[in-house]
Amino acid sequence: MSEPNGASVVIVGGGATGLSAGWWLAREGIDVLVIDKGIVGWEASGRNGGGCTHPFSPLFKEEQRLWPMMDELLGYPTEFCPRRIRIAMDEEQMQRYGRARQHAVRQGFVSEPLDAQQVRELVPLAGDNIAGGYLHSFGGHANPQRTVQAYAWAMQDHGGRVLQHTTVQGFITNGGKVTAVRTNRGTIGCDTLVIAAGPQINHLAGSLGISVPMVAARAEMIVTEPLPLMPIGGVDGNGLYGRQTLRGNLAYGGGPHEWLEISDNDVPHRSSTPLMRNIAARLAELFPRAAHARAIRSWAGIIENTPDGRPVIERVTSPDNLVIATLSSIGFGLSPATGHAIRDLVVDGVCCFAELSSLGLSRFDKLEPDWIDLQGWR
Amino acid sequence: MSGGFRDPKSVAGKRLPVEETTQLLVIGAGPAGVAAAAEAARFGIKVVLVDENPVPASVMGDDIPLHFGQRFSSAVRNRTAMLEAFIARNPAITELFDAGVDVRLGATVWGLYANGPSVGWLPGTVAGLQDGDRSFMLGCDRVIVAAGRRDVGLAFPGWELPGVLGITAAQHLLERFDALDVRRAVILGSSAEALAAARSLRSAGTEIAALVEVASAPIGPPALLRELGNIPLLCGHTVRRVEGGSNGVEAVFVSLLGPGSEEQRIACDSVLIGVGTVPVIELLDSLGCRMTYQPERGGHVPLLGDAQRTSVPTIHAAGDCAGIWPTKTLDAEIARAEGKRAAVGVAASLGIAVATPPPPAEPETPDHDPDTYRLDWVRACVVDASGEPYVCQCEEVTAREILELRPPRYLAWPDDRRNTRSLRQLLGEAPPNPDQVKRLTRAGMGVCQGRRCREQVAALLALGAGTKLGDIPLASHRAPVRPVPLSVAAETRESAEMTEHWDTWFGMPPQYVPYWDAPRLYTVAGRATDNEPPEGK
Repeated sequence: MSEPNGASVVIVGGGATGLSAGWWLAREGIDVLVIDKGIVGWEASGRNGGGCTHPFSPLFKEEQRLWPMMDELLGYPTEFCPRRIRIAMDEEQMQRYGRARQHAVRQGFVSEPLDAQQVRELVPLAGDNIAGGYLHSFGGHANPQRTVQAYAWAMQDHGGRVLQHTTVQGFITNGGKVTAVRTNRGTIGCDTLVIAAGPQINHLAGSLGISVPMVAARAEMIVTEPLPLMPIGGVDGNGLYGRQTLRGNLAYGGGPHEWLEISDNDVPHRSSTPLMRNIAARLAELFPRAAHARAIRSWAGIIENTPDGRPVIERVTSPDNLVIATLSSIGFGLSPATGHAIRDLVVDGVCCFAELSSLGLSRFDKLEPDWIDLQGWR
Repeated sequence: MSGGFRDPKSVAGKRLPVEETTQLLVIGAGPAGVAAAAEAARFGIKVVLVDENPVPASVMGDDIPLHFGQRFSSAVRNRTAMLEAFIARNPAITELFDAGVDVRLGATVWGLYANGPSVGWLPGTVAGLQDGDRSFMLGCDRVIVAAGRRDVGLAFPGWELPGVLGITAAQHLLERFDALDVRRAVILGSSAEALAAARSLRSAGTEIAALVEVASAPIGPPALLRELGNIPLLCGHTVRRVEGGSNGVEAVFVSLLGPGSEEQRIACDSVLIGVGTVPVIELLDSLGCRMTYQPERGGHVPLLGDAQRTSVPTIHAAGDCAGIWPTKTLDAEIARAEGKRAAVGVAASLGIAVATPPPPAEPETPDHDPDTYRLDWVRACVVDASGEPYVCQCEEVTAREILELRPPRYLAWPDDRRNTRSLRQLLGEAPPNPDQVKRLTRAGMGVCQGRRCREQVAALLALGAGTKLGDIPLASHRAPVRPVPLSVAAETRESAEMTEHWDTWFGMPPQYVPYWDAPRLYTVAGRATDNEPPEGK
């Protein structure tokens, strides 16, 4: 690809959020360019549990509306599978999880309790050590890596462009607007800028005078060899989240994270640790009939979080042609809806389908300056 | 970092259970590892030497750790006998027992961990081991990795049949265990490694029916070739396919390069792939040791400083895993010297006064281009194959599917919606990254952990993108570098603090407050504390 001089919308960050936004914009014929410092979907967007179930988010209804259509809309497979089961290991969990599902029920979605035998019929790898569970007729799971690539390809099919291996060095502003992005491959002009660069948002938005409080952390998952497909693959429980892939592998994570200091554009080697043994132990407990299955990989992802763990999706007022989006560790599942919201903010100035005030930066106006210490995120 | 409040849901305050400790862990009981262990013991260092051999027969059946192609004799089913054979054929190990080295045979190191840029909670350098049905963590001040070499795989129609195996695997079965079940073999390749193995096999009674070489002349040392005498040498040839039944290979078909060449049938029970051997860098790479691409050392090797030290200061590498070249293959003293150098470096770093060891041997300049040689084999065999063999046997992915970035077949993505993108479009201007390709095609994602296909995939990407082999990034390695059953990996008691604070996700209650209840202003002092994490993160 030759070096572009500019695009109507430049998006910094080729993760699920940035690429979904790029796809939403490109399919309306808007000239969009996504810049990534490495390869698309290389960071947290491609390293997560693939869950599509966020009932506490204002984007939940749109998330649920879009996922079943994504294969068709994108033209590439996402491996989306609907429905989800949450297994309760004991009665206390059964009651707690029963309360947790009320957010979704209140929004019109269905979740039904299952007894232990009903769970085992839908989740044959489960054992006799469970109390029961809940079957959600919403949510589901998809393949993050395949989905991120699908966004990129679908966006390109509509004329959008991707510039990988390109580092943003700064921005040029003029008259209260960002007019260009300076990169190691030249200056790229823009009418509107979207920053959706995960842990790098702090540094990038900071250079425009906007403080986005966040800290990055490392979290781990493991994956087993393939096992016979269960009727429902999106199964959580025993302190683990994850899914059975359509190939049959169990891909699961959970447990303690490690807060990191990330400098500017640098993302460190994503090391996993012996936490693998703890995840394996809990997975063998959750699925006793898979205890023999062999773990063949573990991996870690670097994930940013805001102080309250909620996304920031906002069109800021100064510069007034800038949209900032950090999804704060829940970006993949929400990404179809997030892209739509960002499209609205870019084109219409406001989100037309959801009330995003709870995701604005102003909620941190009274945040303690030493919040990182207070929350122990060090 | 000290003092102050630490997020209880984070790793802060979690102690990693470490079941055993030692001063030095040596991984691999080949010449380098044994020499390293002996030298370190001589300095009074407490040494644990681990070697995964003999691995259980069931694991060997999955071509782990080498491409055995089912050509091991029934002897491998008796692990005690295998263990005895291993020691009997490697008397230096007995000397280690006498020197006080804690030798663990049949024990696998599946992970190597140390604090680094993104990890700070470990108590130091630790190794994850599996010994039978037990797994445990071994804490160690220093590690010398001497994990050896393995064969590059090469796909052709029928290569999944029993009787297609790697030449290192064959030599290993023969020389370490006398458990090789090959009577008449055709060898692919004529490198020093291939010729040395041919010599070894023939002296043990295996008939070598032919050597097949894509190059126009043999690439190995002429003296070694002369020693082999009258073995039929088919240069400018490639393998087209093998023929066989339930017992495996019965014949191999070879031909001159180029389309339409007449096939020649050679009866044999085995085809030994000797087109390349590579350093076993899995543990080093998964830990984050810096790698460098040096074709004259066999490809991707750890970047080494003085005393065989990697970029991770507690980790050293010696023997074939630090580089393979012809003189080193033919003279085990070079590997031993590297092992001793590493041990001296370890001793010095532990404050033991030692004399400076002699400088390391350097590889000779090859008189052929190793990368071109590798690409020539893959082009002749895999790309120009008469059928569509699976390059990735575990996930059943063909060369065409890799180059066209096809979604895996189990997704049944309709053909009229097939992805018509080229590698170039995928990548922009950077060379193709095998990690990206494997995510899309699943090549290399199977139970053999890519050991049979990763070099072929790299070569295919170089051919497909028209770039140099050395420009293709190294596909990442991940712990566990050997498949470990969940029940075995789980052989640990979750600590009380781990259980108390274990959370499905980040354990941030404010994250789960429904948006209609979210406070207008967020402060740490006023934050929610008791909300229920939802499912399906």
